[in-house]
Amino acid sequence: MITLIPKRVFKFPIEGKNISPDVFAKKSAKQIAALEIWEGNRKVSIGDLFDIKVDSSSSEEATIKIEGNVGTVRNIGAGMSMGQVIVDGDVGMHLGEEMKGGSIIVSGNAGSWAGSQMKDGTIEIKGNAGDYIGAAYRGSTKGMNGGKIIIHGNAGHEVGCFMRKGVIKILGDVGIFAGIHMNNGTIFVQGASQGRAGAQMTNGKIVLAGHSEDVMPTFTIEDIKAKVKVDGEKIEGPFYRFTGDLADNGKGKLYVSKTKNPYLNSYEKYL
Amino acid sequence: MTELIIKNGLVYDPLNRINGEKMDICIRDGKIVEAVKDKANVVDASGMVVMPGGIDIHSHIAGGEVDSARLLRPEDHVKDVEVKTALTRSGVGYSLPSTFTTGYRYSKMGYTTVMNPSMAPLQARHTHEELSDTPMIDKATYPLLGDWWFSLEHIRDGLIKENAAHIAWMLKATRGYAIKLVNPGGLEAWGFGRNVHSIDDPVPNFGITPREIIRGLCKVNTLLNLPHTIHLHTNNLGQPGNYVTALESMKCVEDLAREDRPVMHITHIQFCAFKGENWGNLSSGAEEISNYINNHSHVTLDMGQVVFSDTTTLTADGPFQYGLYHLTGNKWVNHDVETETSGGIVPFTYKRSSAVHATQWSIALEIALLIKDPWKILMTTDHPNGGPFTSYPKIMAWLISKGAREKVLSKINKRARKKSLLPSIDRELSLYELAVVTRAGQAKALGLKQKGHLGVGADADIAVYNINPERTDPAKKFVAARKAFNRAAYTIKSGQIVVKDGEIVKPIFGKTYWVDVKTSMPQDVNDDIKKKFREYWTVEYENYPIREGFLHAPAPVTVKAEV
Repeated sequence: MITLIPKRVFKFPIEGKNISPDVFAKKSAKQIAALEIWEGNRKVSIGDLFDIKVDSSSSEEATIKIEGNVGTVRNIGAGMSMGQVIVDGDVGMHLGEEMKGGSIIVSGNAGSWAGSQMKDGTIEIKGNAGDYIGAAYRGSTKGMNGGKIIIHGNAGHEVGCFMRKGVIKILGDVGIFAGIHMNNGTIFVQGASQGRAGAQMTNGKIVLAGHSEDVMPTFTIEDIKAKVKVDGEKIEGPFYRFTGDLADNGKGKLYVSKTKNPYLNSYEKYL
Repeated sequence: MTELIIKNGLVYDPLNRINGEKMDICIRDGKIVEAVKDKANVVDASGMVVMPGGIDIHSHIAGGEVDSARLLRPEDHVKDVEVKTALTRSGVGYSLPSTFTTGYRYSKMGYTTVMNPSMAPLQARHTHEELSDTPMIDKATYPLLGDWWFSLEHIRDGLIKENAAHIAWMLKATRGYAIKLVNPGGLEAWGFGRNVHSIDDPVPNFGITPREIIRGLCKVNTLLNLPHTIHLHTNNLGQPGNYVTALESMKCVEDLAREDRPVMHITHIQFCAFKGENWGNLSSGAEEISNYINNHSHVTLDMGQVVFSDTTTLTADGPFQYGLYHLTGNKWVNHDVETETSGGIVPFTYKRSSAVHATQWSIALEIALLIKDPWKILMTTDHPNGGPFTSYPKIMAWLISKGAREKVLSKINKRARKKSLLPSIDRELSLYELAVVTRAGQAKALGLKQKGHLGVGADADIAVYNINPERTDPAKKFVAARKAFNRAAYTIKSGQIVVKDGEIVKPIFGKTYWVDVKTSMPQDVNDDIKKKFREYWTVEYENYPIREGFLHAPAPVTVKAEV
């Protein structure tokens, strides 16, 4: 176990690409302290910003524990392929971006772009998360391509943008355009959705178990399902099942709770 | 007075027929001279290759299209970031590097002169602003004149001399260097949602054909004595079976050739050397093209080599880009520059596993190797259309080494490999020939008399590469050669050491060349043209031309026209 404790409250954005089990593995406290890191426009070392404690019983698969708020630190665990990152506090943007394996657990809130373009591994956020969770980078069409993201709180807009594979579970509420441009994979939302879910999706599955502001007019009703499977787990319905986005010849499946959205019963006449 | 001497290098200077001789190069005040004093600074180039600085005849590094493409592709920037150093600025971009990064990266490879080949006249101001911000290299830009209304009208009415005087004015107004034609007639047709499909298809509203446009501007080019020939991006670019169009375009100016001088440059020939009826049976037209070139000397070509990478295609050829958008389903930009030209941008990934892409990769190399005279075929990727210019070292390795080609061949699509002519071609360019296709030939085709060679009086633009052909054969040690071309041991620009061991040691700014044509006919714009400007352009005629002072470091090339 490698423990990082912030020495002070960070004022500037910090580029924390080096805070990753792949980088820390098999390194001594001294070596870790010497790793470079950008604070604002200045190059500093990790030792300048954090107190570092390395447990002597550290294994091959490094575990990093950050005790304290690192809400201004970006790219923690970016590209990691193994090991574990535990954050006892908030984290900044781009958490676990392009990660290939291992796991990240955050007890506080996460910024935008958590798990963007990730390929495998798991990210669990106990608090809320920002926008573009599991999304593609701006301009890119290669979103999340595997792995699992679980958010216990709320998430922002455009969750799973251009998602290709994997699972995103949001136990709280979600913003607009969940699953926009989605190619495949699964998004599950326990709480309320601000609407426009699945815009321009071509395939994949979105399950909205709570109230949804709307269902896009380019989605067509298929049937009513009593339950739906998400990541091997059965979620009790009933759900209206829609197909779309027809504007993009999409074959995506959108499940919307029947009981939480009584206003959708006008669709039933088309069944 | 600064003096420099490059000692004991193995010099390759094809314009002066120097082939790997061990000699010293003396430099004073940015020019090459006979001798310098003993106290001159010394660059020890023993065991290294010395060549004139690299020249790129066709590379989209500035202007409206490049800038729109930069806006379109943030994902291209994020994967390639340059951090600021004590000497250099920060920048981004893999296939679309920002201006400063463009200059630095060219310079690190030993390049000293780059031509921006496509500029809508209306975007000249912006293009020159970007060129002024591109450090390390000399540059110039070609205005798009193949669909210029006044030219089309003059050609329709048979007024070649009047058109010549008008083009002289245009070159001055846009501070341009050569006449660029992109899909002549096709872009005018694209304004109405149409295209032309052969060089004898009529252009809507003008009743002339691409053949007449090409011939007309070719005659204008000769009348104006421009240093470069017309620079042609053919009709039907990127369509299967288009090698016929390319051959017809070359044939249509055969009779206009004077003595042995070329009258036409066809750019990125790879994209117009496709044989076959559709994408399924696409094959290489390299044999036909190279046979023709081997028997004629009125045309020069550049390769437009494809490199397997995630790049961005951008041309003024709107209809072609529209087709590419349909082929890929990717995001795209369709650009309409008022009355002047069009433009299109589509991000594109060339994959080894694709039969079409792998065939394209093969075609450019086949043409380059089948054409016997290296002065007729120049090395480019049509940056960034075939791949970013930073892949030049790879292409140099493919040209000088059969082993390097075979290494890629073994990894490409099977169907493409079966069809490729490359396994049957044993030719490996010597370093002398490589110096022709990357610098001397480019300077000759561009008419840059003071560049591309190391004779007395030439600009002291020099590249020193850490390759020792006396000890190792670069064809066998192609990986080492590629690395050496990637990071020049020294780049000397205007007599100053600007790069050492592949790192910038002195940031400087180069010049922008433009052609100042002196005509005896008046170049004044008549009332009819002024009226048209008022009616059809968003910019008034008075605001159209660019003052010379607008350029950061203008370098006019004065020529005397026959009209």
